[in-house]
Amino acid sequence: MEHIELFFKSIFIDNMVFATFLGMCSYLAVSKKVSTAVGLGAAVIFVLAVTVPLNWLLDQYILQEGALSWLGEEYASYDLSFLSFIMFIATIATMVQLVEIIVEKFSPSLYNSLGIFLPLIAVNCAILGGSLFMQSREIPSIGLALTYGVGSGIGWFLAILAIAAIREKIRYSAVPPALRGLGITFIITGLMAIGFMSFGGMLTGGDEKKEEKPKVEAKVEKEKIKKEAKEIVAENTNIN
Amino acid sequence: MGLLSKKDVALIKDPLFDNNPITIQVLGICSALAITAELKASIVMSISVMFVLGLGNVVISLMRNIIPSKIRIIVQLIVVATLVIIVDLVLKAFAYELSKTLSVFVGLIITNCIIMGRFEAFALGNGPWRSFLDGIGNAVGYGLILIAVGFFRELLGSGTLLGIKVLGDPIEKTGLYAFGYENNGFMLLSPMALIVVGIIIWVQRTKNKALIEEN
Repeated sequence: MEHIELFFKSIFIDNMVFATFLGMCSYLAVSKKVSTAVGLGAAVIFVLAVTVPLNWLLDQYILQEGALSWLGEEYASYDLSFLSFIMFIATIATMVQLVEIIVEKFSPSLYNSLGIFLPLIAVNCAILGGSLFMQSREIPSIGLALTYGVGSGIGWFLAILAIAAIREKIRYSAVPPALRGLGITFIITGLMAIGFMSFGGMLTGGDEKKEEKPKVEAKVEKEKIKKEAKEIVAENTNIN
Repeated sequence: MGLLSKKDVALIKDPLFDNNPITIQVLGICSALAITAELKASIVMSISVMFVLGLGNVVISLMRNIIPSKIRIIVQLIVVATLVIIVDLVLKAFAYELSKTLSVFVGLIITNCIIMGRFEAFALGNGPWRSFLDGIGNAVGYGLILIAVGFFRELLGSGTLLGIKVLGDPIEKTGLYAFGYENNGFMLLSPMALIVVGIIIWVQRTKNKALIEEN
């Protein structure tokens, strides 16, 4: 259940592109054709699924405060979390290189479709963002980290697929000249992001609502009491 | 202008408008838009990027002849990451609240394409002084857009600028609010950042027809 919830949350509610604007650069640059967009999207899912769990391990066993305690008690007080940027980006860069080599060796056809995009991915903010969000949201287990990585990857894939499809169609529309290309893409993305905001309520139903209701009632009651008190005061002043 | 030749001035001036990193080169949008709901955050972000890009450009330009071209991306990433860690620690020490608002977006300066883009396109082929100017120019161009977006979003969204209530007090109904003006809370939500940038691009290209793209 936890996994399913996190999975849908990372695809729709916390969508990389629409909620946090991660990976916007390649999102704008590579979304002119659906076929290339699919290639890049698949590569992003792949790399996120590898790097997020890996960086989770790094964070858990090397970087966090007290994470080094497995080395012995004298290391328990070390806090290396200031190094996390450099560690994460180094992991990502090497992993991307490694993935490129492995894919080239074992699946030349996949390499031909993903190949040119893999180097681009090392500097895609969505990848580093995935690891940083994983760290700041304190995802508790490596399984959940994997779910989070795959989920955010799919979210990004959906976003770039959607915008690429729209941009293919928009060629036949009469866009104002000054908005053509970049401008209209920005505005469409904005509108799509507003659309994606409607997913926000998807996972907040159920338990939270029950908790919220009494609060609202309590507020209403408070306001009633305040009103009554004001009326009494007003009456008193009138009498005076 | 003894210090800056004509070419140097162009290096700084070009990225401000005609070759702006955000609206023309389409670089560095990733870490930019999410933090523009407040003017203050945008200004701090611009200054951080200026620091990282200016210094990073100098460092890369100094090392440009000894970096093997095969591993240059990793070297560049390490240089940026080091500079960003400095920025992050300084922010945590002197502006803790703000560093909480910026959260992971300080870290994301590392993968800000503007930085890698300028390293690749400029610092690898030019001397340190010119690279420094190029870095500053691009960072200022980036900052201009960020500050413009932050300005409009904070003004229209919460009626304040840098936390000062310039339009009057919405609760006590003073200033503009006395005439029934309401804040547009929508401006504070993230999608509006995209639309505001879209409008800025529209205005810019209407003024400068040469920048208009094919569909």
